[in-house]
Amino acid sequence: MTTYILRRLLLIIPTLFGITLLTFLLVRLAPGNAALLKGGGGEGGGRAMTAEQRLATIKLYGLDKPPLVAYVDWVGRIARLDLGESWIDHRSVTAKIGERIGLTASIAGSALVLSYLIAIPLGVTAALRRGQGIDRVLTFILFLLYSIPNFAAALLLILFVAGGDYLNLLPMYGINSINASEMGTWGWIWDRILHMILPVVCLTYASLASISRYARVSMLEVLGQDFLRTARAKGLSERVVILRHALRNALIPLITIFTLELPVLIGGSVIIETIFSLPGMGQLMLQSLENRDNPTIMGITVLAALVTLGSYLIADILYVVVDPRMKYE
Amino acid sequence: MSAPFLHVENLGIQFGPTDNPLKAVDGISFDLAAGETLAVVGESGSGKSVTALALTRLLATPPARYVSGKIEFEGRNMLTIPEDELRKVRGKQIAYIFQEPSSSLNPVFTIGFQIQEAIELHRPEVRDVRGEIVCALERVGIRQPAERLGDYPHQLSGGMQQRVMIAMALACQPKLLVADEPTTALDVTIQKQIMDLLKELKQTSNMTVLLITHNFGLVADFADRVLVMFRGRIVESGPTAEVLRNPQHPYTRALIECVPKLGQKQRRLKVIDYAGIE
Repeated sequence: MTTYILRRLLLIIPTLFGITLLTFLLVRLAPGNAALLKGGGGEGGGRAMTAEQRLATIKLYGLDKPPLVAYVDWVGRIARLDLGESWIDHRSVTAKIGERIGLTASIAGSALVLSYLIAIPLGVTAALRRGQGIDRVLTFILFLLYSIPNFAAALLLILFVAGGDYLNLLPMYGINSINASEMGTWGWIWDRILHMILPVVCLTYASLASISRYARVSMLEVLGQDFLRTARAKGLSERVVILRHALRNALIPLITIFTLELPVLIGGSVIIETIFSLPGMGQLMLQSLENRDNPTIMGITVLAALVTLGSYLIADILYVVVDPRMKYE
Repeated sequence: MSAPFLHVENLGIQFGPTDNPLKAVDGISFDLAAGETLAVVGESGSGKSVTALALTRLLATPPARYVSGKIEFEGRNMLTIPEDELRKVRGKQIAYIFQEPSSSLNPVFTIGFQIQEAIELHRPEVRDVRGEIVCALERVGIRQPAERLGDYPHQLSGGMQQRVMIAMALACQPKLLVADEPTTALDVTIQKQIMDLLKELKQTSNMTVLLITHNFGLVADFADRVLVMFRGRIVESGPTAEVLRNPQHPYTRALIECVPKLGQKQRRLKVIDYAGIE
C-alpha cells in the first residue's frame, strides 16, 4: 500500500509537467501580452508607454525569450517553490493566491458537501420507488437542473431573488455588506452566510443533479443483489436492509464521482465568483487572464492541477478503506 | 389435534401480466412434520425455489403475486401475518441457506458481524455474543474460528462461505431450516462435505429440514420424503426409498436417470425428453 501511494505520488510529477507545459505555451502563444496591455494596448488606453519603456518591460518579463526557454526558466523557479511575482502589481503570486484560496475552498467545499448530502437521499429514494411518480418527477427536475448553465442560473437568481426587482431576499454580490463591521460577530457571520447562499446554490445544483443520478443507478444495482435477500431472511427490518446492507455497497462507486465533480467546481468558481464579485481564486484567474499576468495564471494552474491529481489519489485510497475487496500492490 | 408443523395448501404464485400470468407455483399442497426432512426435487423453473422463498414471504411483490392458498407454520398463516411478526419468524423460526454463497454474503461486512447481526436480533439475552459466534463457526467445522471473525467473505473459499451461511442460519436455533440448492454452486467434493455437515447438524439438533434441489443424487441418504415438482405442480411424492425404487411419474424417472452413476458406461449424459412426459 505504501509503495502504491509512493508510486502514485511520483506519477503526479510527469502529469504536472504536461499540464503546465501546455498551459504555459497557450498563454505565451495567445495574441497580446502584458507589456502591450500595460502600455494601453491599441486605442485610447490609459498610460501611454514609450517604445523604449515597452522594450524594457518585454525584457523584464522575459517575453523576448523563446517560449520553451521561458518555460524552462519558470520550471527552474518552481523547483525552488517560487511562483514568481504578478506582472500587474508585482506582489508575490503565493501571497495573492494565499489571500483568496480560503474563500474559494469554502465555497467549492460547501457546494461539494451539500451536493452529496442532498444527492444521495434523492438517488436512493428514486431507486426505491423506481418507475413510480416520485422517480419520474425527480428525473425530470434533475435533468432540467443539469441542463441549465450556471451563469444563466446565477443571472436569473440575481434577477428574481436578489436586488429588489422582484424579491429582495438575498444580497446581489460581494462577500459582506458595506456596514458589516458594525454588526458584531454573530451579525457579521450571518451577513457572510447570506452572501454565500446564491454562489453556493449556483455551484451545487448541477453537481447535485449528476451525483444523484449516479446514486440512483448504483443503488438500483445493489437492490438486485442476493445478499439483501439473505439480510431479509435473517429477519432484519427493511430499514436496516436498505440503510446498512444496501447503502454501504451503493456508496462505494460514488467515491470516484467527487473526482469528476472537482474540476467542474474549479471551473465553475471562475464564472460564479466573477458574476457575484467574490474576491476568490476564480475571479483572480479571470483577471489574470484578461491582463496576461502569466505568473499568476501559471500559479493557479499548478494549484488546480495539484488539487485535481491529489483528489484522484485520495479517491483511490478511500476505495481501499470502504471496500475490503480492493487491494493495491 | 394440534396444528401441523408446516401445512401448505393450494399455494399459487404468479409472475408477469395478470391476463397471461406465468404460474410459477400452481396450487400445490404438502405437509411437513416436526423433525422430518423433506426434499423438493425439480429442475430450474419448476417452482421449487419460489415455494421455499414464499414460506416467509421473501419474494418481492411485485413482481410476484400470491394468488391463492395458505402457508401455515405452527398454525399461523405466513401469507397474512403482519410484517413485524413475520420478521420474528424469519431467521428465528425459519432460517435459510441459499444457492450461491459468494453473493449471498454481504461483501463489505465481516463474517463475524453478519452472524452477530442475527444473534443480536433474535437472541438479545445472549451476553457473550462473540463466544456465541465462535461456537457457531466451530459447529460448522471452521478451524480456528476466533481468528476468522474479522475475515471478509471474499477471503474465504466457496465451501467455507457456505459453512458461514450455515453457521449464520443455525446461530438462532431455528425450528425449520430451508436449504435452497445449498451445494449447486460448489464442486463435487465440497458438495459432499456440506451435505455431510447438514446431515450431522440435523441429527444433533433435531431440526426440521426442507431441502430444495435438482439433484436426485443428494436426496437418497438425506431426506425422509420427496416431493417432485414439474412446471409449478407436484407430480409425485412419497418416502424417499420408495420414490427412488419405483418412480411413478415419467418426469421423476427422467430426473433419476439424469444422475450419472459410477462404473456405468455411458456415451452421453441423459437429458429429459419433454415430449414423452406431456
